[in-house]
Order: sequence, then C-alpha cells, then structure tokens
Amino acid sequence: MSYGVKQKYHAMQAWFLTDTPASAFQAKAGHVYTRLLVFKSNQLAILGLLIVVMLLVTALFAPLIAPYDPLATDLANRLQPLSSEHWFGTDEMGRDIFSRIIWGARLTLYVVGLVAIIAAPVGILVGTIAGYHGGWLDTVLMRITDIFLAFPKLILALAFVAALGPGIENAIIAISITSWPPYARIARAETITIRNSVFIDAIRVQGAGPLRIVIRHIMPLCLSSLIVRVTLDMAGIILTAAGLGFLGLGAQPPSPEWGAMTSSGRSYILDHWWLITMPGLAIFVVSLAFNLLGDGLREVLDPKGEN
Amino acid sequence: MTTQNADTPLLEVADLNITFPSPKGDTQALHHVSFSMGRQKLGIVGESGSGKSITGRAILKLLPSTAKIDAKKIVFNGIDIQNATEKEMRQVRGRQIAMVMQDPKYSLNPVMKVGDQIAEAFLTHTRASRKLARDATITMLKAVRIRNPERVYHLYPHEVSGGMGQRIMIAMMLIPKPKLLIADEPTSALDVTVQLQVMAILDDLVTDRGMGLIFISHDLNLVASFCDQVIIMYGGRIMEICEAKTLHNSTHPYTKGLINCLPDITQSIDFLPTLERDEVWLKD
Repeated sequence: MSYGVKQKYHAMQAWFLTDTPASAFQAKAGHVYTRLLVFKSNQLAILGLLIVVMLLVTALFAPLIAPYDPLATDLANRLQPLSSEHWFGTDEMGRDIFSRIIWGARLTLYVVGLVAIIAAPVGILVGTIAGYHGGWLDTVLMRITDIFLAFPKLILALAFVAALGPGIENAIIAISITSWPPYARIARAETITIRNSVFIDAIRVQGAGPLRIVIRHIMPLCLSSLIVRVTLDMAGIILTAAGLGFLGLGAQPPSPEWGAMTSSGRSYILDHWWLITMPGLAIFVVSLAFNLLGDGLREVLDPKGEN
Repeated sequence: MTTQNADTPLLEVADLNITFPSPKGDTQALHHVSFSMGRQKLGIVGESGSGKSITGRAILKLLPSTAKIDAKKIVFNGIDIQNATEKEMRQVRGRQIAMVMQDPKYSLNPVMKVGDQIAEAFLTHTRASRKLARDATITMLKAVRIRNPERVYHLYPHEVSGGMGQRIMIAMMLIPKPKLLIADEPTSALDVTVQLQVMAILDDLVTDRGMGLIFISHDLNLVASFCDQVIIMYGGRIMEICEAKTLHNSTHPYTKGLINCLPDITQSIDFLPTLERDEVWLKD
C-alpha cells in the first residue's frame, strides 16, 4: 500500500469510527462498519462468504465460465483423467465434468433459493399467527408442525417426491414442505415474547387489527433470528437436494445436478475416482461455506450470543 | 354515529365489576364502579392496586382474556362498549378512545421510525396516501411542540429522550382525532420539569380539540390542579367523586387521610402522618 492510499484509508476509518458523527448518515455508516468489523474478525465466516459469492458469480456467468457444453457427449473422450483440456476430467459419456459442475451451481442455487423463498415465509406466517392468536389456533397449527417434525427430513422429502413424481421442481416442493416447521417454531417463540410487550398494547389501543399487528410489527422483529436459521439450514437443503438427486428422485439426467452426478459416477469409483469426487467436493465445499456464513451472521445479528 | 347532546354524557359507566378467576378463588379487581363524564377532564387517583388502570383499560376492553367484565352499563357516545365485539371495538379504539401509556420507552415499537409509527396510527383509520399521512404526522409533531419535526420523523425510539418519547406517544394517540383520551400515569416515568411540559401540552391539546380526558395518576396535587373532577379510588371501589377545586376540603376520611400524608413545603411538622386504613371502606 502506498503512503497516500494508506493515509486515505486511515481518514476513512476515522470517519467511520468517530464518537461524534456529524450526521445521522455518518452514525449509521459507522454502525454498519463496526458490525462489519465483528463479521470480519471471524475469518472462517469471510471464507464462507467468499465461497458463496463465488457460487453466485459462477451460477450467474455459467455460460461464460464453462469451457464446454455440459450436455454434449463425446464418446471418443469418455472417462478421461484430469488434464489441462478437461480440468476435472470427463465422465462416462465424455462430458466435461468441470463444465457440468459450473452449470450445476445454477441448479443448486435454484433449489436453495426457491426453498428459502417458499419455506421461510410459510414458517414465519404459521409461527407468528399461532403465537399471536394463541388458544385453539395455536394448538392446531403447532400440532401440524409437530407432525412434520416427527419424521426425519430426508425420509419425509423422499415420501413426498415419490408421491409427486421425480424431478427438480417436485424436489423443491418436497424439501420446502419438510423445512418450514423449524421456522414456525422459532417465529412462534419470538412472537410470544413480543406479543406481551407494552408497545403491542399501544398499537392495539390505536385500533389496529391482528393482521396489521402481525405483519407490520411482529414479523420484522422475528426476521433476524430467522435469517440466521435459514442460512444455517441452507447446507442441509443442499445435502437433501443432492441426496434426492443421488437416489434418482431429484433432477433427472442428463441435467448436471451434483447429487445425480455422484450417483452416476458411483459405478466407476474404483478406476475413475474423479467422476464421483469432483461433484462430491463441490457439495462439500458449498454446504460448508453456508454453515460458516451462517455462524458469522449469527454473531453479527445476535448481540446476546457473545463469544 | 349518534349526535351528541350537550347534556348527555360522553361516557357512562354503571356498576362495573371485574373479576379475575383463579384456582384459589376469584379476585375482584373492581367493585360497583359507576361514574359518568362529559367532555371534561376527569382525574382518577388512588394507591397502587386501587383499580385505576383497570378502570381505564376496561373502557377500551383491553383486559387479559381471563378477566370477567360485568356491568350494568358501559356506554360511550351512544356505543354500547359492554356488548361490542372485538371487531367493533377496533373501530372505537384509536378513533373514539385512545390511551397514552406510562413509559414511552416500552410503548413504542423499537424497530420502527417514530414518524412511521405515528403515520401508521393515522392510516389505521383513514384511507389516505402515504404522503398525506406523512404531512399529518409532521403537523402533529409540531402540535406537541417538537421543534424539528422533519428530523424527529426519522428517529428510532431509542434515539429520543423520555419527554420527547411521551410527546410522540401523545401525537400518535391524538392523530386519529379521538373524542376521549385516557392517560394512564403519562408522566410517572418522566422527571419533574419534563412532567410539567408534557402536562401543559396535554392540557392545550385536549382543551383545543374539545376532547374528554381521563387522567389516571397517584399525584393528588397534579390531579387537583389539572382536572375538573376527581374520582378517588381505594381497593377497587370508588371512595368519592368530587370537584377538583374542593378536593382539599373533602370530608371523606380516606381522601382526608391521603391529603394529610402530603408534606407541605410552607409548614414544618414533626411527624408526617401515615394513612390509617379503615376496613369499613372495603364493605360494599
């Protein structure tokens, strides 16, 4: 770092960390900056964030990054080991494994994103309504939640996919159906503590109905703990999706889904290890990254859980 | 809405009883409470646990779900509160009757800008654009004598002081233009100088708008100087209803006892008497 740049950096840091901010904006920026410092001090979380960002970039620019067509078969070049031409080798149909993993990132993100978008709102809605209303509605909604929690996640997802028919969309639906109950539990617990606060009484005095109170005042307060939980769950979602793919119930061949790739590479594991190792590594790295990121987020968003 | 005659009271409460059932037997919080008021300032004073807050909350039907309300009559401005459903009560709360609570620190949503909270109170009862709600909020903030309303609008509750918080609460409760305001110890959490400011604002706004006010407090002098009429409560019962001006000449033993317990700055006395409670007061 040259001297000038260093000086500018220090000036900027002083601006962020001043005890006497000149404007509300500066105070807020400083607040965000100190939060970032907390996050930054957790180097594993930064690593997780970097990998997740890389996954996002890879998925976004898959056509530009992937050197080959992930679906183009080339039987003359099947089962080639790692080389400068085929970085991760080729599979039993002569397809480039590196390209397939790059395209597979899209499928993985697609599953994770859609499950989070479907399951988290369902969970928060069920949890806040049950928690706020209480009484019979609470009992009914929470017993339904308990029923879903009574089965192991993967088994339940398997059952749903088996009923709905194999395919990536059905896998997403099945995983969503199995992953909302924990969110409902968290949201309900938070709602019950918030429900009895004086400010909710004050809002009721204004004549606000239950819907307005739940959506405008309770849900925003449940969000931070839910975000952490969803991030931590993403690894589980990836594993479940890969598991379904492995069992042939998720994405169908020839789509380059990582779980399905490990499954088809299984028969070649002794002589051609890269067929199963490469997609397996991708699953491992990405789910680890989501776990690290989730842990880091928990530290930033939850001031009570001091380490 | 029925039109209001000058002589029909704004609020009429007759023989109000509230009980909380418990495994150890019922606890009766209010015994035969009856009073009526017009568009005036009514003070309710009493010790802790005398039932003043419960009375205020009963008028809004904001009691815990276990409470049993039994009354001959609770009528506000022609609306039968006693038999109103929760849905009907939502129309009454805020628009007809509002309530300012004790501690502004806990009665504002911590993650919402105070301006948005006031605007929200406005939008609960009016179908207006966000822009209009914003303008109404700024006007209201000015009315409670907040000097820089545009800046305060964007503050979060933890960024305002206690006195300012209570003024924001008052703005929030008055913006739907209610006909009756219940102020449940609105100044107890504030220090003495700020108390007077808040009281002055409350007084001006209530008088200007021709509203009714129920002022719940344990500060006898404050109530006597601020209200038109005073209800004195003890043990869930009304001891006495008297004009505020004649409060100090009251003949009721309990009221006299309370007044005697107040030290007087102009006179030095050796003993400050404590209140002698009489069992007879608790007989129905």
